[in-house]
Amino acid sequence: MIGITSYGAYVPLWRLSRDAIAKGAKGEKAICHYDEDAITMAVAAAADCLHGVEREKVDGLIFASTNSPYKEKQAASIVAAGADLRRDIVTADFAGSLKAGTTGLRFACDAVKAGSAKQMMVTAADRRQGAPLSAYDQDLGDGAAALMVGDSNVIASLEGSYSISDEILDVWRSSDDTFLRTTHERFAQTEGYVKVISEAIAGLMKKNKLEAKDFAKIAIYTPTARRVADVAKKLGFDAKTQVQDVFFSVMGNTGVPYAMMLFVAALEEAKPGDLILLAGYGDGADAFAFRVTEEIEKVRGNAARRGMKKHLDSKMVINDYKTYWLWRGLLNPITEEGFLPHHYWKTSPVMLWRERDRILRFRGGKCKACGAVNFPPQRACGNCGTEGQFDSVRLSDKKGTIWTFSMDYLSSQVEVPIVCPLVHLEGGGRFQVYMTDCVAEEVKVGMEIEMSFRKIMVRDGINNYYWKATPIRA
Amino acid sequence: MESIKDKVAIVGMGCTRFGELWDRSAEDMIVEAAEEALADAGIGIQDIQAAWAGTMFDYTGATIAKPLKLQYIPVTRVENACGTGIEAIRAAAFAVAAGVYDRVLVVTYEKMKDYGFPGLPNDVERLPRRHPVFEVGYTAAGNYALAATRYFRQYGLSNEEGKLTLAKISVKSHYNGARNPRAHLRREVTLEQVVNAPMIAWPLGLFDCCGVTDGAAAAVLCRAEDARSFRDDYVTIKGLGVSVGPGQGYVRTDYDYTHWGETEHAARQAYEMAGIKDPRKELDVAEVHDCFSISELIACESLGFCPKGQAKEDIDAGTFTQEGELPVNISGGLKSFGHPIGASGCRETYEVYKQIQGKAEEPSRQLKNVQQGLIHNQGGLPGKFMCCVLIIGAP
Repeated sequence: MIGITSYGAYVPLWRLSRDAIAKGAKGEKAICHYDEDAITMAVAAAADCLHGVEREKVDGLIFASTNSPYKEKQAASIVAAGADLRRDIVTADFAGSLKAGTTGLRFACDAVKAGSAKQMMVTAADRRQGAPLSAYDQDLGDGAAALMVGDSNVIASLEGSYSISDEILDVWRSSDDTFLRTTHERFAQTEGYVKVISEAIAGLMKKNKLEAKDFAKIAIYTPTARRVADVAKKLGFDAKTQVQDVFFSVMGNTGVPYAMMLFVAALEEAKPGDLILLAGYGDGADAFAFRVTEEIEKVRGNAARRGMKKHLDSKMVINDYKTYWLWRGLLNPITEEGFLPHHYWKTSPVMLWRERDRILRFRGGKCKACGAVNFPPQRACGNCGTEGQFDSVRLSDKKGTIWTFSMDYLSSQVEVPIVCPLVHLEGGGRFQVYMTDCVAEEVKVGMEIEMSFRKIMVRDGINNYYWKATPIRA
Repeated sequence: MESIKDKVAIVGMGCTRFGELWDRSAEDMIVEAAEEALADAGIGIQDIQAAWAGTMFDYTGATIAKPLKLQYIPVTRVENACGTGIEAIRAAAFAVAAGVYDRVLVVTYEKMKDYGFPGLPNDVERLPRRHPVFEVGYTAAGNYALAATRYFRQYGLSNEEGKLTLAKISVKSHYNGARNPRAHLRREVTLEQVVNAPMIAWPLGLFDCCGVTDGAAAAVLCRAEDARSFRDDYVTIKGLGVSVGPGQGYVRTDYDYTHWGETEHAARQAYEMAGIKDPRKELDVAEVHDCFSISELIACESLGFCPKGQAKEDIDAGTFTQEGELPVNISGGLKSFGHPIGASGCRETYEVYKQIQGKAEEPSRQLKNVQQGLIHNQGGLPGKFMCCVLIIGAP
């Protein structure tokens, strides 16, 4: 049996009140903090998906997004390192199209079916940008999803899939554009979205001899809050009972991961035996039918997983367009670099490579002689002085406490003050990190933290990723 | 190990005015400080047999050889971050004690304000070997603030009590600096001003942080037995200690961030050499490294001026004021006199040297009957320090 074996999602903590974009506009949209992008969100969703999964048994990782920070250079390899996966795996970026996530999922299913991989993880994340004050600016949210595809302990078995390729200019962004472009909205949505995703879903049903009433839930991409109802109506689904809530008023259209995030939300509520439809759209469409199995209870029972529900429930709302613009790096080009001193700061591809295990995988050294955890790893143990006798230990999944901290008003131009704690990790180890996703005034000595993969700065076209501490997210 | 107590004398010192010296280059300051020191010793530049340059940013001995037109003598550039000043004096003192040279010159300086630092240096063009993610954006103020937060916590001070205690240190520094003609910040401040000042790195506000300053200081050293040929009121080195820790404060969970281990080790070496058992009683003045208010507080404890955790009582009692039992930073300190990185240790020595001679520039600043004093100078950050402690006194 081939299918989904685990799932995860990530919605940034921060929400922008749409009222900040257009007075009186309803609801909120999920937005990246200044130190987040598609890669960091994919790492977070991957970590969510890896709860209860042996990372060593993941054979491949796909990263799907329209917003890789690099035009040339793979993002999936960064996500795989952040997720601390094995080295002998296959990684690939699926890019360019809004359906990159579901297309990646189809290829992952095919790889597992073909036996070339036992388990493949598909991550999808987007941080798309509409023009200032445009409808897109209101509608688009940021987020990520991760689905594990495997051939054992399947929680939702793949019953069938169907894809369409369709050439249309409904939404696009050239390599020189900052903002999305679109054409006449009704043309784009009726001739594009509604027609094409319906074609894929109808094709799936016909091929697999399924009818609308067979599905417990349909988790399908939608460009706006209401358009999904047109698809449901056209195909005979009951919009009230069968269509998965699209979280438009609390999150927005998250682009590439959107359909997968909705699918995760559907899995969170599903009963064994339920048939769930997943469909992604963009330059065509992909549709899948998944049958939920008894195994779902085991995965759903893992309290560490936040999935969609917990991520949506824990939030901080801002109603300030200026801050949003600053976080997007659009208010002032300097802010793209994150911190004041970064005008001067250099980065080093050589150091980033040499220290990739400590920087991206966040691995410390546990002294074989005295057991002390050293981070960053030392040549000789900081505690007992023994030279070179360390086990590499993963620290990214450890919780910790703030042992002391400062709130620095000089360091950052974007976050003032920025909290700089010294952290003690469970299981040992002390290190200095930045704190993020926190209310500075609420930070206290003894406060519990967890680790989150973030972007430290951009310099010379290099995205410097590393870990930060955050308060334990509810 | 051999002691150098009373083997090396300081027979001349010089110090520029400290401040934002927009109209002066590093060369101008080097020449001014060196000329004062040479004139004070009553010799000329041609009498100098070897020299040490103390600066964090410039490189090679040529940085002073060029402005002073030194003629092919040995000149070494010394760097130990903010502790460079005493490190340069130490190198010169050991060379004299070893008998290799008779008359040596130390010139320490930093030209900070040509580069528009927003705080202590983050000028990575000149500090290329910093880590691309671990060290990005951290400020000196932020790192010292870690110690302040921890000190408040460990000794049960509320944030308000802690801030007020630190504010008293800054008020004293500004009071002293306001009376010192060569100081950078010559304005008194009130407790209220300090407590309510804009934050730099909580809990440290604007007045908890030293100035970013241009300045230079210089010294002429010789063997003690030759000192009287230069002047009667020379001073000698009584004790000298240097300590560099393993820098594990950020890694080991047992470092408490409320004491400076390197300072304790350097002080122990210096006290032992000087034969000092009770520094609070036996020292008449101390210049300590107060780049931040918390630095002075912890330095006073780590130097043994008061027991750990009890500096607050002494600060409240005025122990470290001009009239107190052990005046600390009578010059105004790094806080108010200013902190040109490489120059500070030598500048602190200048203050103690003048106090011992009874020649403090403004008579109201002169302490009575100063026999010996301590200079504390440290480089790095809490958890990863180097520290120098120098004790000088009347022969």
